[in-house]
Amino acid sequence: MTAAAELTTALGAQWPGITERPSLDHPAFDVPLDSLVAVLRHLRDSQGYDFLADITAVDWKDRTPRFTVVYHLFSTTHHNYVRIAADCAGDTVNPEAPSIVELWPGANWHERECFDMMGVKFLGHPDLRRILMWDGYPYFPLRKEFPLAGIETVLPDDEIAAVTGEPVRPAPMAGGPFVATPGLLVSENEPRAKDESWNERKAKPDA
Amino acid sequence: MVAPVTEIGYNSKVEGEVIVTRADAVINWIRSNSIWPMPMGLACCAIELMAAGCSRFDISRFGAEVMRFSPRQSDCMIVAGTVTYKMAVHLRRIYDQMAAPKWVIAMGACASTGGMYRSYAVLQGVDRIVPVDVYISGCPPRPEALLDGLIKLQSKVKRESSAKNLLRA
Repeated sequence: MTAAAELTTALGAQWPGITERPSLDHPAFDVPLDSLVAVLRHLRDSQGYDFLADITAVDWKDRTPRFTVVYHLFSTTHHNYVRIAADCAGDTVNPEAPSIVELWPGANWHERECFDMMGVKFLGHPDLRRILMWDGYPYFPLRKEFPLAGIETVLPDDEIAAVTGEPVRPAPMAGGPFVATPGLLVSENEPRAKDESWNERKAKPDA
Repeated sequence: MVAPVTEIGYNSKVEGEVIVTRADAVINWIRSNSIWPMPMGLACCAIELMAAGCSRFDISRFGAEVMRFSPRQSDCMIVAGTVTYKMAVHLRRIYDQMAAPKWVIAMGACASTGGMYRSYAVLQGVDRIVPVDVYISGCPPRPEALLDGLIKLQSKVKRESSAKNLLRA
């Protein structure tokens, strides 16, 4: 019996709502949101997954529920990972998930980043502020509807904004984003704008 | 026993010959050869900036080795790295705290144009918030490129009407 199958039986016996999640690498499980904290606590205390490697979220755009939080745990004794996913509660604009700062203090900044980028509110977090963007930034940049170039807004400091008269502008994309093509030789794989029919001087067709 | 000094006038045997020149030339000569940089190191360009300060490239050959981490003591801000909007306001505030005369070098692609970061978080060129004197290309530029930029800045400083600006101020 593999470690993944053992884990499936152990979790399934205790929480019938847990289903296996398609995964190309590590064992992964979909967990109902209300048993998420209990499952993570069980994995930490009884299964040896004592290291929280990452917390992130997925924006499914049109699906309901729209957001899924994803946790990656690592076992420092068995040296393997497990992935736990849970669909968020709340509506499409204010998704909610329970905070696990009480389980791993290191979750604090992961959850702040997840809140900053995706807007997932972690209930019970001791200090849920933005961590990468500045306080008062009005958008969540990794949501699907947010353009890579950004949306015009004001600089974080009113005084500097008044002196320079410069807003936060959308970046000129000029046919971008500038990305490499997968599967090519590195020497031929310079990041390029894929649509070269427009640039900063020539406007984008039908836009 | 030291003899008391009785001479009051200018003694050319002691002080050397008198040189007559323009105030601009003297002031600019002094300024251009002792530019004290404010190392605004924000990303990998800062590593090249550090290399330029070390013995192999030795920025002190051009009189700019006195990196001052206080804006009050520096006259040239070298913006070495990617400027995010979150950092941009602090960068501008530090620039405002520098005493005039002051200059800005935009070192590398990011500081000059935003570089490869065409994104919502990155200021697309530091010249949007501070006046830039010299742009240096490269990602990151080699230390030689920084030294070349510094020489360009020196020749720019040497062309300024410093005496007139002093009287105006």
